[in-house]
Amino acid sequence: MSLFKRKNNTDTGKEYGPEGSGENRKKYPETDTPDPDGKNSSKDPRVPLLVADHLVYEYSRGTDHLVRALDDVSFSIKKGEFIGLIGHTGSGKSTLVQHLNALLSPVSGTVYFKGEDVFEKGYDRKKLRSKVGLVFQYPEHQLFEETVFADVCFGPKNIGMSRKQAELTAYETIKKVGLPDECFYHSPFDLSGGQKRRVAIAGVLAMKPELLVLDEPTAGLDPKGRDEILTMIDSLRADGEMAIVLVSHSMEDVAQYADRIMVIEKGKKLFDGTPHEVFSHIDELDEIGLAAPEMSYVMRELKKAGIDVNTNVLTIPEARDEILKALG
Amino acid sequence: MLRDITLGQYYQAESPVHRLDPRTKLIITFVYLISLFIFTNPYVFTLAAVFLILVTLLSKVPFKFILKGLKPIGFLLLFTAIMNIFFTDGEVIFSVWKIEATKEGLERAVYMSVRLVFLVFGSNIMTLTTTPTRLTNAMESLMKPLSVVKIPVHEIAMMMSIALRFIPILVDETDKIMKAQLARGADFESGNVIKKTKSLIPVLVPLFISAFRRANDLAMAMEARCYHGGKGRTQMKPLRYAKRDVAAFLISVVYLMAVILIGHYTGSVKL
Repeated sequence: MSLFKRKNNTDTGKEYGPEGSGENRKKYPETDTPDPDGKNSSKDPRVPLLVADHLVYEYSRGTDHLVRALDDVSFSIKKGEFIGLIGHTGSGKSTLVQHLNALLSPVSGTVYFKGEDVFEKGYDRKKLRSKVGLVFQYPEHQLFEETVFADVCFGPKNIGMSRKQAELTAYETIKKVGLPDECFYHSPFDLSGGQKRRVAIAGVLAMKPELLVLDEPTAGLDPKGRDEILTMIDSLRADGEMAIVLVSHSMEDVAQYADRIMVIEKGKKLFDGTPHEVFSHIDELDEIGLAAPEMSYVMRELKKAGIDVNTNVLTIPEARDEILKALG
Repeated sequence: MLRDITLGQYYQAESPVHRLDPRTKLIITFVYLISLFIFTNPYVFTLAAVFLILVTLLSKVPFKFILKGLKPIGFLLLFTAIMNIFFTDGEVIFSVWKIEATKEGLERAVYMSVRLVFLVFGSNIMTLTTTPTRLTNAMESLMKPLSVVKIPVHEIAMMMSIALRFIPILVDETDKIMKAQLARGADFESGNVIKKTKSLIPVLVPLFISAFRRANDLAMAMEARCYHGGKGRTQMKPLRYAKRDVAAFLISVVYLMAVILIGHYTGSVKL
């Protein structure tokens, strides 16, 4: 059991010095409403849902194989936003998202959820994990219960919902992710790959998070399963309450759904803006080997060929309209 | 969080100990373990400690790294020490209720603990300086004579190397699954022993499933490459003894003779 306890110690965020966090706290009010008390701020609608403040994280500290996985990353997430997080394999995406629900604690910098420092001593990180739902890569590998229904109930029960409430929420959530009724009492291991993944996503969604982070939810799925999952995720924000962070390396996926895109490269935040803003840097993206959506290339070539089109185009319908317009 | 396990871990470095033939290291480790059990007296143990320290210095593996590997036996050490102190007959030092601590027990506890630490320390140096592949190659080579009596030596060695290879993979997997369940509000720390054990189910079930899946995939991949056991199989880098191996054997023979000589003249402590 000592193995688990150690994790807890690092979890309390002892690793970053007091001077670092003090400095950060000074910076924070500049961007948002000053509130020394911190308690009222969580109710203030102007406070962003989550703020990542100068996060730095290093792997293998104290050996000669030190890797700086995150290098001074800052951003804020507002309620109801849909953010695409893009980067190469090994760019630090997965490391970054594990900071958002305090599974990893940064070397310096911190994360504020509704204005409260989540790495502060005594902060209820278990509750945080229900508010910031993190769906890992290949989430179907975490399924363990005998039935789909029981597995989805696991999260809600852990965060202290009553049995009845948990089951009700689980029922709603399984419906929401689009699984048919007859699946409820099947073993999750008998389902197809795409369905398993939905169950796993439902398991996190059932905790009713205010921020849902999905780490490459479409990895390893066929094109049909991928579209289904993405449409399902898009439908989740119908009520405009929950913010979503979608980690991906597929530009098409992200361009189609996200309101805002962040590009991470070698642990640093490279771009942060609307899809059109970010993909206007098509040459820089090319340079680091992250392609822009295919349509951007088509339009660029058309322009080179002398057809007067706007090159900042992301989706096929947009491209169609633009070409029709150019041709008169 | 689970990365502290040094079992089956390899410490990359350039040292004479790393370069030794794995069979040499295996045999010398075995000789060393035997040397710890022939005599029980402080002189022999001091010699054993000196030998261990010299080899460690030569191997360039930091002491800190090896000591970390001793942590898992901490509990065993404490347990045997307590059992020895309290349940050995002899001169009573103090007593708790009806249980008496004895001088003989204390002595025995010290010797046993030192022996156990040397044992694990010694074998750790071997595993830290030898890659698992070379280690299993060495075992296969040393056990070759057993194939005469129809023991499937190659298959056993292959099973061992696969098992060793999968330790880091499964450790990583456990780490991932634990994080995923933590993200779903699981709690591995609070509550009593029963609750803690129960809280491991959400980790163990996916872990077993993943282990079976990996085993299945591996079996398929091996079959796809026409693996059919050891018959007629050659190696890309066959093991060969070199001059340094002879030197190492000589040193270990000198060490063993020294242990026997010192032990012979000083005698064993009666326990």
